[in-house]
Amino acid sequence: MRRRIGIDVGGTNTDAVLIEEGFVKAWVKKPTTADVTTGITRALAALVEQAPAARDAQAAMIGTTHFTNAVVQRRDLGRVAAVRIGLPSGASLPPFVDWPEDLAALVRGLVVMLEGGHEFDGRPLVPFDAKGMRAAARRIRDAGIRSVAIAAVFSPLNAACEEEAAAVLRDACPDVAVTLSHRLGRIGLLERENAALLNACLIELARTTTRAFSQALRASGIAAPLYLTQNDGTVMLAEVAEAYPVYSFASGPTNSMRGAAFLSKRDEALVIDVGGTTTDIGSLRHGFPREANNVVEIGGVRTLFRMPDLLSLGLGGGTIVSTAPSLRIGPASVGYRLTAQALVFGGDVLTVTDVAVAAGLMDLGDRKRVASLPAALVEEALARVRAMIEEGVDRMKTDAGETPLIAVGGGSFLVPARLAGVSEVVNVPHQAVANAVGAAIAQVSGEVDQIFQDLSRDEAIARARQLATDKAVAAGADRATINVVEVEDLPLAYLPGNSLRTRVRVVGEIAR
Amino acid sequence: MRPVTLDEIESLAIGAWILGTGGGGSPYLALLNMRQLYRQGVVCRLMDASELADDDLVAVVSNMGAPLVGQERLTDPKTMALAVTMMEEYLGRKFRAVMSLEIGGGNSIQPFMAAAMLDLPVIDGDCMGRAFPEAQMTSFAIHDLRMYPLTLADVRDNAVVVARAASWKWMERISRKACVEVGSIASTCKAPRTGREIKDCAILGSTTKAIGIGRAVQAARRAHRDPIDAVLEVEAGIKIFSGKIHDIARRTTEGFLRGTATIEGLDGFRGHDFRLAFQNEFAVGWLDGEPRVMTPDLICVLDTVSGDAIGTETLRYGQRVTVIALPAPPILLTPKGIEHVGPRAFGYDLDFRSVFA
Repeated sequence: MRRRIGIDVGGTNTDAVLIEEGFVKAWVKKPTTADVTTGITRALAALVEQAPAARDAQAAMIGTTHFTNAVVQRRDLGRVAAVRIGLPSGASLPPFVDWPEDLAALVRGLVVMLEGGHEFDGRPLVPFDAKGMRAAARRIRDAGIRSVAIAAVFSPLNAACEEEAAAVLRDACPDVAVTLSHRLGRIGLLERENAALLNACLIELARTTTRAFSQALRASGIAAPLYLTQNDGTVMLAEVAEAYPVYSFASGPTNSMRGAAFLSKRDEALVIDVGGTTTDIGSLRHGFPREANNVVEIGGVRTLFRMPDLLSLGLGGGTIVSTAPSLRIGPASVGYRLTAQALVFGGDVLTVTDVAVAAGLMDLGDRKRVASLPAALVEEALARVRAMIEEGVDRMKTDAGETPLIAVGGGSFLVPARLAGVSEVVNVPHQAVANAVGAAIAQVSGEVDQIFQDLSRDEAIARARQLATDKAVAAGADRATINVVEVEDLPLAYLPGNSLRTRVRVVGEIAR
Repeated sequence: MRPVTLDEIESLAIGAWILGTGGGGSPYLALLNMRQLYRQGVVCRLMDASELADDDLVAVVSNMGAPLVGQERLTDPKTMALAVTMMEEYLGRKFRAVMSLEIGGGNSIQPFMAAAMLDLPVIDGDCMGRAFPEAQMTSFAIHDLRMYPLTLADVRDNAVVVARAASWKWMERISRKACVEVGSIASTCKAPRTGREIKDCAILGSTTKAIGIGRAVQAARRAHRDPIDAVLEVEAGIKIFSGKIHDIARRTTEGFLRGTATIEGLDGFRGHDFRLAFQNEFAVGWLDGEPRVMTPDLICVLDTVSGDAIGTETLRYGQRVTVIALPAPPILLTPKGIEHVGPRAFGYDLDFRSVFA
């Protein structure tokens, strides 16, 4: 019997599901706790009580926004030594150059810039300054810094300098955690280096958090290996993932989109996730969220993470409906105070939930408390909600034809059954815990983004596919199940020899 | 002559990216350099060309190479300044000021980086009024000015002086070759210009213009008004099309990033389609199959909501974009100008017709 546990740790709720042979066998929703793990332990205890078979699950996957929140809230961050290899180029723009000052002040331990790096065609830029690296390693050790981020010019094409620097560090200070930029990112030195620095400052937190997750799992009597979900809807073994906390930055919305695909059995559709405060609209391609290609800022730091392309609207169950001077929907929300402040719960704030209850879209709280709402107001407010959703859906569509829209999230009752530009609104069972379902069904991925020269387009893509497959297998995928989910190629201006930047992403099932 | 504030350089970065008409490279890294320099106390000065004596010499600078390489080998004010001092040594004369080769994209800020290192003023102007891919596509080439010498500096201790070239095309070929050899990124100082030549042949006031465009965008964003309308107002531009990118095809040939993007109409343009051809920069746009806008009129593609410019390398399926046209500098619209930068210079067999005519 194939059983998996999926857990989503959200800002308000911690959801857990048990999936058995592709069906949701049990699900629970518990409040998230400040320490995160207590909430997980409670959710798992409730899950095991509902379905004792959960103890025999073969894998448990956790999706969490814990690390993103740490950066945004500037807490639990470690001091980092930044090693940049690329002098004499880039001297005027040292590591941390475009960080918000408050965050840089917390994270910046030492900054070291050394000669080395490569050209776009793989030639060395200048010889690597190994002697300088040995001196840097001693300074890092003497300063008592526990985490180091290393970024070399064009390391996604040739990682030799980063690897050599890491070897020197392991020699001089074996217990220091090392983040290499080429493992994290694409071409774009500053953004890749920023990703490495963010990763390095979270690595201690990731280690303790991941181990606490494992303990929570064991304490619940579950022996399955633990995986952490990543931005792209795939998972990594916890032992591996604890070294790459930045990979989980956007795993929440990704999981809900993947869950939507699974629950609806559709691979090509739009997904709308209506929560308490916001609504996210994304687009599924081959069952995975379409990714944004632009720069993504995390806590004010520019990065090039693999993130789902999402449109966020200020619309949710807790969104405040104001009537004076004229009718307005949001953007303010009562958020988690819904059960105290909304009219149907005895409060005095008119929310979208109250309007939905008055219109009979759902039954929640005390319906009598909204009986006096004028019918015209209810109708007008719902028309506005519909218009917001229709505009958002239209903006995320990539072609003129009608597309199915899968509705998930606790506020999915707000999505009207018929919408302009939508072939059908798909409602599925367990839509309120789609994110935990998305975590439970996650696969393993591998990605390559490199410049290939003097190869035909087909040859370059084949080569990239091979490299991506190898990476996926190394991360725990079963080679026989690997599928290509994304291919993108971009010829490069002003580079000789038919240079082609090729990006390929593959996914596969977890190897047993 | 007047001091330039860092706020103005921030505005310049936004305006120059719009004037880049899809090319010219993002000004972000150059802007970061300026923030660093201003933090160290530097204040650049902007000089009106009228303040130049006829026999003053002006250094015309630019970063040359592949924008993608520039994202790894980060641009550096020292190397930019080195190209200028090399030229001074070669000529045995000092420069009075520096000026940008192209106001579109990152090269709008390169002269400020050189100026900061050399304590020289920056001339308010350039010789393209936008961005173009090649050396002969400048107002100086249209005026048949001399195209040599040129200095090219690499961040390592490599430097090249192109002492003579038989034509603008030869200058482009020789310097491009050297640039590729040092890793497809180099700082260059183009043929020096006299004060007279600047006054007669440069596109004057384009720095101020780019700052003004950037300011308009920033002010609109602060006031929650449409930044695209703000650009159209301040530059007397025309909204050409608005929609969603439906298809995109790219290929490189002869060092150009060529391709087409198809946009499907939204809002007032629903039911229509627009095809954009680019060659590093946007070159020609067809509305429902009919040529609607073409180079040298500036064709700018902006994010419909934020008003941010979108480069030909970052165009993407599904983006919501608005295409606008801005008027080209008059010199580019002369018969000689059209020869250098009109649609036929980019291989499109079309008679130039301005949308502003």
